[in-house]
Amino acid sequence: MIDLKGYGPELLAGAMVTMELAFLSLALALVLGLLGASAKLSDNRPLRTMATVYTTCIRGVPDIVMMMLFYYGGQLVVNSLSDVLWEAYEVDFFFQFDPFISGVVTIGLIFGAYMTETFRGAFLAVDTGQIEAARAYGFSRWHTFRRVIFPQMLRHALPGIGNNWQVLLKTTALVSIIGLTDMVRVAEEAAKAERMPFHFFIPVAFVYLSLTAVSELFIKWLDIRANVGVVQRS
Amino acid sequence: MPDFISQWLNQNDIFTVITLMEYWSGLVTTVQLVFLSLLIGLVIALPLAILRTVRNPFVSGPIWVYTYLFRGTPLLIQLYIIYYGVAQIPGIQETFWWTVFREPFYPALLAFTLNTAAYTTEIVRGAIIATPMGEIEAAKAYGMSWMLRMRRLILPNAARRAVQAYSNEVIFMLHASAIASVVTMVDLTGAARNIYARTYAPFDAFIFVALIYLMLTFILVFVFRKLENHLLRHQRPANS
Repeated sequence: MIDLKGYGPELLAGAMVTMELAFLSLALALVLGLLGASAKLSDNRPLRTMATVYTTCIRGVPDIVMMMLFYYGGQLVVNSLSDVLWEAYEVDFFFQFDPFISGVVTIGLIFGAYMTETFRGAFLAVDTGQIEAARAYGFSRWHTFRRVIFPQMLRHALPGIGNNWQVLLKTTALVSIIGLTDMVRVAEEAAKAERMPFHFFIPVAFVYLSLTAVSELFIKWLDIRANVGVVQRS
Repeated sequence: MPDFISQWLNQNDIFTVITLMEYWSGLVTTVQLVFLSLLIGLVIALPLAILRTVRNPFVSGPIWVYTYLFRGTPLLIQLYIIYYGVAQIPGIQETFWWTVFREPFYPALLAFTLNTAAYTTEIVRGAIIATPMGEIEAAKAYGMSWMLRMRRLILPNAARRAVQAYSNEVIFMLHASAIASVVTMVDLTGAARNIYARTYAPFDAFIFVALIYLMLTFILVFVFRKLENHLLRHQRPANS
């Protein structure tokens, strides 16, 4: 094994932070994606416009700029909010807007926009006849969604979700720039202190590589499961 | 109108002429960096993509490893490895290369070029292997050599299939270039960070730069839509 000069436990803790960040952001992104796709497909015009503005703006701005905006700006918003609340209602409200929160919020928002497009395409791929049939059987709207649309939509959405997840995982590295002690940050500090950049960055790169490789296998397995009911052209 | 602008500038503490010039030079750096890395990346990617479709595993294997490594790891780590790593190569500080790589511009350019070349290789490869077999058979039946088939048939058609995915890669590269600011480069994001550090006005500094990126993205989308229309003009309906 390579000698990590005593940075091993810190690197491991950093890797855990990276994983937590990735999974929380994924959860947020999936929720936002479902909401965004529903808004884009709804009959409500303002809702549709809002969703379009959301996806266009998010996809036009670099992730790191948005992260800095949320990190540096988020604290200002919290501060002034807490001032207002104290003066008006004497409520003591304050929390520290730390890099982890801004990371989750930013990555969730960004990938929510990508997920919106993925889910929109997947919803459109569900046969309308199926939905009509469910309605004809007296299924309620929620029931139709839960039993008919959602399971069939998932099959079409999975490849897109998988791609987004792979990109998301690599985006988490950026949160080290605004000061989160994740794997990349620990490696950077260690590399500077020991003057051994290859020694610390290459193992971290391989951790990312193995994470993406494992997710690839998992997504392939999910994809096979989601497609059991479909005759595949071999 | 200029009167209105100068008045606005006089009343404004943040967007003075000095900060606007800083943003401008950041814009120039970003555009330079992105344009050069995309150009060199494309030049590298084309032969790699062709070699990647070769049946011999000793030719296509190493290229697969290259694209897998660069697509499976974050660009930030690649940048760190190159930026901090080059200085550690024994003896480099005495050679001419040190004068080149001491500036952050060239390590960043190298990292971005290698990264985009890996993605572009896979995009072009996908477009090449999607060539319908019948087209290749027809070309062979006409007696076209491998070179001629590549030049007249496979590559032009692959370009049509690849342009959509490549436009995404270009926009992705523009956004990824923002991390050049972490290795002390003053690109657009670097300028915004400097201005934020001086004024402590995060919304002004970062929203302004976000709008510039948004505009650049829109320009790229527009240009690529034109290019796509041009490349696919034979598919347009007759009366339009």
